Amino acid sequence: MEPVFAVLTGIFLAVAVYLLLSKFIIRILLGVAILGNAVNLLLFTSGRILREVPPVIGAGLDVPAGVTANPLPQALILTAIVISFSFFAFLLVLSWRAYSVLGTDNTDIMRVAEPDDVQPPPLGY
Amino acid sequence: MAASSSPADLSAALVLQPVAALDWLVILPVAWCISIGAILMMIRHKGVAQPLVAIAGLAVLVLLDAALLWHVAQGGPVTMVMGRWLPPFGIAFTVDLTGALFALTSAVVALVGAAAAIDDVNASGRRYGFYPFLLLLMAGVSGAFLTGDVFNLYVWFEVLLISSFGLLVLGGEREQIDGAVKYGFLNLVATTLFLITTGYLYGIFGTLNMADIAAKAPGLQAQAPLVTLTALYLLAFSMKAAAFPVNFWLPASYHTPRIVVSALFAGLLTKVGIYALIRVGVMLFPAEIEQLSLALAIVAALTMLTGSLGALAQNDTRRLLGYLVISGIGAMLAGIAIGGPEAIGGVIFYALHSMLVMTALYLAAGLAARLSGDFSLGPAGGLYRHYLLFTALSLMLFFSVSGLPPFSGFWPKVMLVKAAIDGGVSWLAAILLLSGFLTTIATGRVFLLSYWRPADAPAAAVPQPLAFTALLPLLVLTALSILIGLLPETLLNLVQQAASTLSEPSAYLNSVFPAGGAS
Repeated sequence: MEPVFAVLTGIFLAVAVYLLLSKFIIRILLGVAILGNAVNLLLFTSGRILREVPPVIGAGLDVPAGVTANPLPQALILTAIVISFSFFAFLLVLSWRAYSVLGTDNTDIMRVAEPDDVQPPPLGY
Repeated sequence: MAASSSPADLSAALVLQPVAALDWLVILPVAWCISIGAILMMIRHKGVAQPLVAIAGLAVLVLLDAALLWHVAQGGPVTMVMGRWLPPFGIAFTVDLTGALFALTSAVVALVGAAAAIDDVNASGRRYGFYPFLLLLMAGVSGAFLTGDVFNLYVWFEVLLISSFGLLVLGGEREQIDGAVKYGFLNLVATTLFLITTGYLYGIFGTLNMADIAAKAPGLQAQAPLVTLTALYLLAFSMKAAAFPVNFWLPASYHTPRIVVSALFAGLLTKVGIYALIRVGVMLFPAEIEQLSLALAIVAALTMLTGSLGALAQNDTRRLLGYLVISGIGAMLAGIAIGGPEAIGGVIFYALHSMLVMTALYLAAGLAARLSGDFSLGPAGGLYRHYLLFTALSLMLFFSVSGLPPFSGFWPKVMLVKAAIDGGVSWLAAILLLSGFLTTIATGRVFLLSYWRPADAPAAAVPQPLAFTALLPLLVLTALSILIGLLPETLLNLVQQAASTLSEPSAYLNSVFPAGGAS
């Protein structure tokens, strides 16, 4: 199963990078969303994929009866999902605010913080 | 329900003896910052009480970190695991001298920033949560310095990143929104790259505990692509630290927020990237970083030159300082590229110096702009005539950042240049000195134009009063810089010890796995 997931992760990453390279913020946002999912898949795959045996210890036992799924990647992914979701929400609001305040979602035109026509420093006095 | 039928051997999975009282210091800085941040969030409508609570809280944080540093200096690295699960299964907080030194310095910077913010952050900034964000930022920064688990490091990176977003957009000016868009997206990509690499790391090692990885890495060099892994970490952390090809978010955003926020960012954020680079590069993958050292040296040289040449081209003092931050990052990367305990000691020393001095420089730029009315070098001038003490403090800071004696910037530069010559990379030593020279020109010009030059208009004949309390934060940081410059021995010893613990992490490993062997 791992090779299939690895290829899928690669496709997700490629799509994310393609979208992130755009100059329009709305596409970059989509790229960020896909990038987050690509990373989740990657974490999931790197924990190795096993048959669906829940990592639960049966009654009366001290250790699991057989081989179970690896629970750690699931915990990592849960953390990563929460974080990437909150970041996506923040960036979405920020982009909306940028669009309404700056009047554009084209990063080439967004030059308020770094204007093109700054004076060089004086050479002497 | 029947209680556990067979008496399980708990000592195989849990730490059974209670944690020693002093060892709680490992987790206290983080827990304390989160608690005070929560309290501040509740009282965010009380404009007067907030700074008092925040400053008292950060003063306690400085004491906690100082106690932690003392504890670690006395007895070596200290470990505490969450939920008492034995490492590597429990998430470990492990503090060695490097982490404790960084944590203490960051707490001092935050305390000074909180004091400076009384003047700089207005009522609406307080209502929208400047102080809670500051405390949560400190929780993230302290957590990053103290943790002993790679995934946990990622989580603290995100904590400090989301707090820094809040601080960056506080006020909501057009410039800030523009800067925050670039800062936000590029930093998110950097931390995601960090997470991707951590996924690969987990896939290779099956563990995320730093001590466990450090112990297992030498055995896996033949089977696993560790150099690729290290290169990915280098890229992710260089992006956080604003090294040359991936530095563009810093000059785009650091000049936009309130000046005290810029000062805190310059002191805290990029240094967390450097710390992570030291921790992961030098401690976990020393052999791999050596293979990458030439690439890293070239990046370091280009970062230094971009920083100092960029500073020469700026007319706005805040943007100029942003480029000086980048130039300093280049010097630290150069030390990591040279390698060896002496160079790493120089890197740690440089980072601590840079945290104090860059914060102070931004605060000085803010004061200068308040007095002369503008951040631009063009029309400003005449500060020297009316504000002698402020001018003197600024000049000392300019010398310090340029690496001139007797200030704190001198010693790390000496260590780095000496290590470069000893290590056979004299060209890097030359670039270190050249970058220092260019920095001297850039800061010297700021002094000449904004301070020394007589003001054009005689309207400034009646100077604005400059209260002593406004100068106090600057005074404290400059005094620290002079103190470190004049009496460097204690700190030199500490950073040398810290660097040798990093290069030879057996003490760190023993602290996590007392029995000796990794699982």
